[in-house]
Amino acid sequence: MEKSLNWREFVITRLVKASGYSAILFVALIFFFLVREGLPTFWKADITSLLSTRWYPIEEYYGILPLITGSLIVTLGATLVAVPLGIGTAVYISEIAPRWMREILKPLVELLGGLPSVVLGFLGILLLSPFLRVFLDLPTGLTALTGSLLLGGIAVPTVVSVAEDALDAVPRAYREGAWALGATRWQTIWRVTFPAARSGVLTAIMLGIGRAIGETMTVMMVTGNAPVLALKLGSLFSPVRTMTATIAAEMGEVASGSTHYHVLFFIGMVLFLISMGVNIAASSVVFRAKKRAERILS
Amino acid sequence: MKRLLSLNRHLVQQIGYTALTLMAVATVLPIIAVVIYILIQGLPAISTEFLTGFPHDGMRAGGILPAIIGTLYLTVGTAIFSVPLGIAAAIYLAEYASDTPLTRTIRIAIINLAGIPSVVYGLFGLGLFVIFLNFGTSILAASLTLSIMTLPVIISTAEESLRSVPQAFRTVSISLGATRWQTIRRIVLKEALPGILTGVILGLERAAGETAPILFTGAAFFLPRLPHSPFDATMALPYHLFVISTQVPEMPIQIQYGTALVLLVFVLTMNVIATVIRSRARAKRQW
Repeated sequence: MEKSLNWREFVITRLVKASGYSAILFVALIFFFLVREGLPTFWKADITSLLSTRWYPIEEYYGILPLITGSLIVTLGATLVAVPLGIGTAVYISEIAPRWMREILKPLVELLGGLPSVVLGFLGILLLSPFLRVFLDLPTGLTALTGSLLLGGIAVPTVVSVAEDALDAVPRAYREGAWALGATRWQTIWRVTFPAARSGVLTAIMLGIGRAIGETMTVMMVTGNAPVLALKLGSLFSPVRTMTATIAAEMGEVASGSTHYHVLFFIGMVLFLISMGVNIAASSVVFRAKKRAERILS
Repeated sequence: MKRLLSLNRHLVQQIGYTALTLMAVATVLPIIAVVIYILIQGLPAISTEFLTGFPHDGMRAGGILPAIIGTLYLTVGTAIFSVPLGIAAAIYLAEYASDTPLTRTIRIAIINLAGIPSVVYGLFGLGLFVIFLNFGTSILAASLTLSIMTLPVIISTAEESLRSVPQAFRTVSISLGATRWQTIRRIVLKEALPGILTGVILGLERAAGETAPILFTGAAFFLPRLPHSPFDATMALPYHLFVISTQVPEMPIQIQYGTALVLLVFVLTMNVIATVIRSRARAKRQW
């Protein structure tokens, strides 16, 4: 009895440990398969074609610059929507809202995070884009702006939850100290609580941007899918094509092993590296902040 | 000006509060509006035939049964792989792992998994499951892809929930002669269960609504019959909504809204269940 128990314990501990390590394995596997299928791009397509401004795979033009600028402009727009709204909402939930209000707001924001992106894209096609076309008098409503607005909505829950955690983590004593010195609640929020939570708020913004740049379905459905170089602010009002949408729209139709196939994997590799960069940067901000807090407390 | 402001600091606070309240309203109101709007527009489409029939006339008529069943299969398939693995990984991080460079690497890996764009998961699933392991475009390949995507959500919520169980519970159990695993299984897991369940459901909710990861790993445009085995491709609600709202010309608007409504109800139900479990557990908790 005693012995079999030990044996079971041993096996289970090993299994649990292996599961823990599996996260590393999966990231490695994902990277490996993206590289394996993406790297042949370099000898199948020529580099000048990759860096050109024309994406027209049927005639072997694989310029990814329009796709990158497309992703950037939509993400920039989304950030302009999501950051103020997300941080404002986080401050409201964490510092101002009465308890009952908080209990309503938090699940609602979470709900937004769970809304399938395809539903938002669907409403974007049917409601938002016709509205923007008429309202702004554009030739088409399927523009970078439409994508930005919806994407902003998708990024909001990420910003809210991370920023709210950061604000919550500010010790209550900070606020009480400020109140005791005669500061109003508002002054306390902006001059004490918010600066103390700064690094967490920065993380929230970065993760929000990461969420926006990786979003696929909504963007594919509402941005018009035109791979045009988007360099001016005016491009916000014309159709664009993002990296994610290109993969999603074209991968289903390419022959596995063709140049086009490898280029799409290459774009996936670029997206993977971007998201990895954003996430490592965001988490290192948090780690540093934690260390600083530990130093202060010790 | 500055003096004026500081004299009127209560006015400033009033203005600030109002602005933030408006922002919160601007965030939340569209969510409520979206849900209500889809409910109103979609409800007339809902009928027994719509829910239990197959699409016909190039999907412009009939029901969406294969898409509903497909999403159920995919959600269950995702749960089979991601729930045990995710909870085990969380147990490792919360109960066994010490703060070593390797543990930190695991954490960074989880953060990275959470940030990888869904379409990149699709590419990965295509490369590994569909082509390399030769599962083909199938429920199995799509479920595995969705599982890995769901994993970070489950791991991080489950770990948080395990960590919130007071240390004293473990100490007492071990001092009574229980082994570490017995303590985890009978005491810690039991106490952390509602939190873990909430995380699992929220993770699966995301998986159920995703389209991009299944685009090239398991989703079928149209199938005249239900899938018979895990190696069959399947229709799925989110992909079906994408197809009928962008790829099919002259699609009746009502069927589109009806499909959106069914998908929304599917996802919302999971969301509400998760929220209820969590708030109930919080109310009952004595520590």
